[in-house]
Amino acid sequence: MIASRRKYKLHNSQTAVYEQFDDRTQQHEASSLGMWIFLGTEIMFFGAVFTAYTVYRNLYTTAFEAGSHLLNTQIGAINTAVLIGSSLTMALAVHAAQTGRRKQLMAYIVSTMCLGSVFLFIKFVLEWMHEYHDGLAPGLHWTYAGPQSSHVAMFFCFYFILTGIHATHMIVGEGIMIVLLYMAWKGRFSGERYNPIEMFGLYWHFVDIVWIFLFPLLYLLGAHF
Amino acid sequence: MSEHIAPLKLYFYVFFSLLVLTLLTWRIAYVDLGKWNTVVMLIIAACKATLVGTFFMHLRWSAAVVRLVLFAALFWLAIMITLTIGDFFSRGTVQPWQASTVVSQSIIPAGKR
Repeated sequence: MIASRRKYKLHNSQTAVYEQFDDRTQQHEASSLGMWIFLGTEIMFFGAVFTAYTVYRNLYTTAFEAGSHLLNTQIGAINTAVLIGSSLTMALAVHAAQTGRRKQLMAYIVSTMCLGSVFLFIKFVLEWMHEYHDGLAPGLHWTYAGPQSSHVAMFFCFYFILTGIHATHMIVGEGIMIVLLYMAWKGRFSGERYNPIEMFGLYWHFVDIVWIFLFPLLYLLGAHF
Repeated sequence: MSEHIAPLKLYFYVFFSLLVLTLLTWRIAYVDLGKWNTVVMLIIAACKATLVGTFFMHLRWSAAVVRLVLFAALFWLAIMITLTIGDFFSRGTVQPWQASTVVSQSIIPAGKR
């Protein structure tokens, strides 16, 4: 009974308001509020690691700069541009959903997925595998012989944890986008019903903002040597 | 207005501003400004985050309660960072050669050390 009513609601885009809400505005505000509270927990989640990073960076300043110097800032800058591009296509996807253009919506979701995959490919193949082979992976393969080796290892621990949880968020995002793409293909969205697209957009932009802070804190810290 | 539809042009302006700021922060990193490198890079990162939040994440048109959630989260983040750092860097550190002095001045009775 409930399932069939749900289905009806989903397909009838003219009355795309769930019964607990008065109108679309209230429904939209409720969705946004819930999503932002989730993003608040995400801020605290990443914030804890950023706090630990700040403490250790102040304790071992020179070692952190030496560790950062071993990263390729050019690859980092290119990846930043790729991720900003995927944020743009995501914003355009939300716009296409708002204006009820199904084909554009699907095209923009696919381009966001592609740019996200390019980012992850660069991350895995050009960076992590490279660093592993160079002996810069603490606990797995660590051959760094410079001064303060254990403190440089601490920098790389932060590097792998921060970029690792960031990449995990992106992989989760790619999975959600597959579902959204399927829903868009089935015609579940319209100019009146696009909340899932917009809420996912908030998540994707949040992941972008995390990277905006990771890029200077990890890559650019030791560039001026 | 909670369901404002922004003009497409705006998204492209924001995108190009973000690219310019990325290029800027990348080039500035190669100029030695001492401790100010970090400050400048964090300011640029904060500007980029504000651009993404305001326009891509629609905060410009969202309800006040939504912005309140964001500011509450940032406020708590500031508490976490400030108090942690304040604690860490106001205690002082015990160097190896000071260890015996610290132990002899400790309030723990000698028999229980």
